[in-house]
Amino acid sequence: MIPRVSCLLLAWLLPAGLAMALAIGEPLEFATEAQQRQYDTLVRELRCTVCQSETIHESNAELAADMRRRVYAMTLAGQDAEAIVGFMVQRYGDYVRYRPPLQANTLLLWASPFLLLVVGGFTWWRIVVGRRHMAAYPAFTRRERALLDRLSREDTGRQP
Amino acid sequence: MNRRLLIPLVATVALLGLLYLGLGIDSRDLPSPLVGKPAPPFVLEALEDAEVTLTEQDFIGEVALVNVWATWCSTCRAEKPLLMELAQGDIPIHAFNYRDERESALRYLSVSDNPYRTIAYDPAGDAGIDWGVYATPETYVLDAEGVIRYKRIGPLTRQLLLDEVLPLVEKLRAESLREEPLGSEARRVAQS
Amino acid sequence: MVAELGSFALILALCLALAQSLLPLVGVRLDDDRLMRSARFLASGQFVFLSLSFAVLTWAFVASDFTVRYVAGHSSLEQPLIYRLTAVWGGHEGSLLLWVFMLSAWGVAVACFSQSLPREMTARVLAVMGMVGVGFIAFTLFTSNPFERIVPGPMDGRGMNPLLQDPGMILHPPLLYMGYVGTAVVFAFAMAALLGGRLDPAWARWSRPWTTVTWVFLTLGIAVGAWWAYYELGWGGWWFWDPVENASFLPWLTATALIHSLAVTEKRGGFKVWTLMLAIVTFALTVLGAFIVRSGVITSVHAFATDPERGVFLLGMLSLTLLGALTLYAWRAPRVGLGGAFAGYSRESLLLANNVLLTVACAAVFIGTLYPLALDAFGLGKVSVGPPYFDAVFAPLMLPLLLLVGLGPAVTWKQANPGETFRQLRWALLVSGVAGGLWPLALGVWRPMTALSLMLAIWIVLTALLDIRKRMGSARQPFATRLRRIARPSFLGMHLAHVGLALVVVAIAMVNTYEVERDVRLEPGQSASVGGYDFTLRRMESVQGPNWEADQAIIDVTREGRPVAQLAPQRRYYDTHVGMPMNQASLDRRPTRDVYVSLGERLEGDAWSFRLYYKPYMAWMWFGGLLLALGGLLAAADKRYRLASRRAPRQRMESAGALPGEVTS
Repeated sequence: MIPRVSCLLLAWLLPAGLAMALAIGEPLEFATEAQQRQYDTLVRELRCTVCQSETIHESNAELAADMRRRVYAMTLAGQDAEAIVGFMVQRYGDYVRYRPPLQANTLLLWASPFLLLVVGGFTWWRIVVGRRHMAAYPAFTRRERALLDRLSREDTGRQP
Repeated sequence: MNRRLLIPLVATVALLGLLYLGLGIDSRDLPSPLVGKPAPPFVLEALEDAEVTLTEQDFIGEVALVNVWATWCSTCRAEKPLLMELAQGDIPIHAFNYRDERESALRYLSVSDNPYRTIAYDPAGDAGIDWGVYATPETYVLDAEGVIRYKRIGPLTRQLLLDEVLPLVEKLRAESLREEPLGSEARRVAQS
Repeated sequence: MVAELGSFALILALCLALAQSLLPLVGVRLDDDRLMRSARFLASGQFVFLSLSFAVLTWAFVASDFTVRYVAGHSSLEQPLIYRLTAVWGGHEGSLLLWVFMLSAWGVAVACFSQSLPREMTARVLAVMGMVGVGFIAFTLFTSNPFERIVPGPMDGRGMNPLLQDPGMILHPPLLYMGYVGTAVVFAFAMAALLGGRLDPAWARWSRPWTTVTWVFLTLGIAVGAWWAYYELGWGGWWFWDPVENASFLPWLTATALIHSLAVTEKRGGFKVWTLMLAIVTFALTVLGAFIVRSGVITSVHAFATDPERGVFLLGMLSLTLLGALTLYAWRAPRVGLGGAFAGYSRESLLLANNVLLTVACAAVFIGTLYPLALDAFGLGKVSVGPPYFDAVFAPLMLPLLLLVGLGPAVTWKQANPGETFRQLRWALLVSGVAGGLWPLALGVWRPMTALSLMLAIWIVLTALLDIRKRMGSARQPFATRLRRIARPSFLGMHLAHVGLALVVVAIAMVNTYEVERDVRLEPGQSASVGGYDFTLRRMESVQGPNWEADQAIIDVTREGRPVAQLAPQRRYYDTHVGMPMNQASLDRRPTRDVYVSLGERLEGDAWSFRLYYKPYMAWMWFGGLLLALGGLLAAADKRYRLASRRAPRQRMESAGALPGEVTS
């Protein structure tokens, strides 16, 4: 075995963006289908911490292989997903989770799409109500209308 | 001027400020959540002798450094003279020989200096995961109770030793053995 | 000496761009026709010199001039000619040169096709394009000059990243960059409108085709990128929510919103302020994307070699763009009118909802992409935001949007009657509900999300068909008459693009639910099965390529004993990148499924590891992407964007000077 320089060092030496070959090792055997599912989910949600931006499922870095092996071993030992993720977080921090946990410093992250949707919906409502009440207001000024007519003269389709 | 239309302007200034701050950050500067936690347990063979079994207890007892290295890691080779100085300055250095081959590691140590007091042989990176190793080289500082107090990902430098590692070692030693400030001697060694 | 010529041409182009950004504006100020007209010549000149510069770099690659640092870093003697050519944009410096070259090409296109626009408008648009040009050419020249020498040059180059030595490299970057750079045109039109202080339907009509064509390029660029990632990376994924992918997706989302809001601005005079904002934001997001990719501020698989100096420069450019544009916006935008009234249920209100959803989706992706950076900058911890987050957030926002896609075209402008819509679409509603519910049942696994997605996809297709039938009118009329009625490119283009979207939705739903992936260990003669297909390893062999060697597996795929395909996945070892083997996956593509094999590592003995995939409906995704782009092209080619120039050539309307012009792509 010629040990490869680990991925982090590679990233320092070579231009960034060099993804390496995909990681396909010895196929794994599981006792139950639930274990297989748990493994498949977890390796896609844990980040290879030394790579640019890859899950341990995709990464060919040795650390990723170690982490996959550990996820496999812990899964076989009957540990649940929470325990395995907890183990990794204890060692590598929240950085290792591609699914950020809901906690104080990610509250805004998880809440913001919802808040934005509420703000967007409210804006929509206000504009729509506003426009409905100015019913007498014409779409275009007279000059714009003339311009549009000129533009549309050859428009063969139906005009609203 | 409509004041509401200023909102995007303000938001933009905030965003630009954030991006400027972001430029100053090394996004690969990774966290060390194990700092402040007890050294994780492990059971490994000693590098020199497969019959000897080492555990985390072999690393604990006095303030010590734990270095993760391998022969294929050129940065580790570059770092070793500094470790030698520390070892000669009487700071115990334990090590994980990480994802390496026993023969090449032993050969390497026999033809060059050996700064390590204890070397645990971790060919599969098992302890590596337990200790949260990202890449070689990495260096931990353990206090006398075996709690991880510091972690450096990447090579040590003289500046780093003087600014962070040695003062910490000195402080930890002062905490455990109040009458014997050995750290000052170590510092002299590192400066020489 | 040739490379110096390239630098020199870049410098000249920079000077011309500087002149282009100033003289036309001075001309407008002084009402000097010659100065205003100068913009056209300057834009052409800029294009000539940047073409020269680009040709010089291409020549350096063809001739393997390794004294040029960039060539030495991205090419090698054994690299095939086609990949020496694509290597021109295979790295940071060269891709920037491609960027500015394309920017100048857009500039010339604007100059050519705006002959009949009011001269002030043309002058302002080209001046803004000139400013954008100054920024990017200066960035190229001062921080990333591709013509820099190394003396003495190496005997051989380092070679391009093997990942990029693929046909995808020929198409993906140029298409995507055409899209990125096109947003500068959209931006320039918006700025010209603000500078001129008037935004009328004519303005919307002029900028619409440019926006649509830009969107077409972005769509194609992203689709080809996904298609490339799908087969090249060997792990069968096509979208990873990686920061750099998000950087291309963000302007696409706002450009999509912009296309729809421009429709309201053109037809009903509404949403003007918002349309302008979207145009600004779309361009700003592409500059932000360049910043993300090229400054190293966020780690990504695709990031170029990074350099803080470049980051500072790009950030400066982003700041100038945004602050300048938004100040102008805050100052001028309030002057423009509100447009016509519309009811709570009308096409306007639905298009507004479309814009709200797209904007919120864009904001969510934006926040997810930059959140880790923000936490880090404030020292609040390090987190990763990945696919699980984006999937969870993005999909719920898209579902109502898909419903609107079917509903919108059936609803009239100004005011509509929900009862009327229901009568018109009830069959579509019923059929899509039933068919979408049954389709996944037929495939074995029923998940609510899958069924819902399929329902919405069918809904979009059916409503499009109903709308076309309605437009054709009474069946008693001659078929030719009815056909002529629907033969409006913008009408057909819209429905084509919507159907394309529906196909993409089907593909995503299918592949997410029914794909099968399996790692197996095979010795010659052994077989494994996935998704009802049997894969038998016949033999392993060695293959020699121009600059690589490979292990190749010959695999027979059968289904119930009948041969389906023979696949030959490879593991390639490039001479220039030792220790970095590349996977070359092998696929058999059919309309409703792909079977896909990647070759892994050699295990003990004669055994190799393989990853086998069964991927249903992937072809629909690529076909759908193509339809999206085709629909956009059709819409942009609508003759209402160019007819008026033939009608009233050179006739000027009052001082406001709004003459509809030949604005096509």
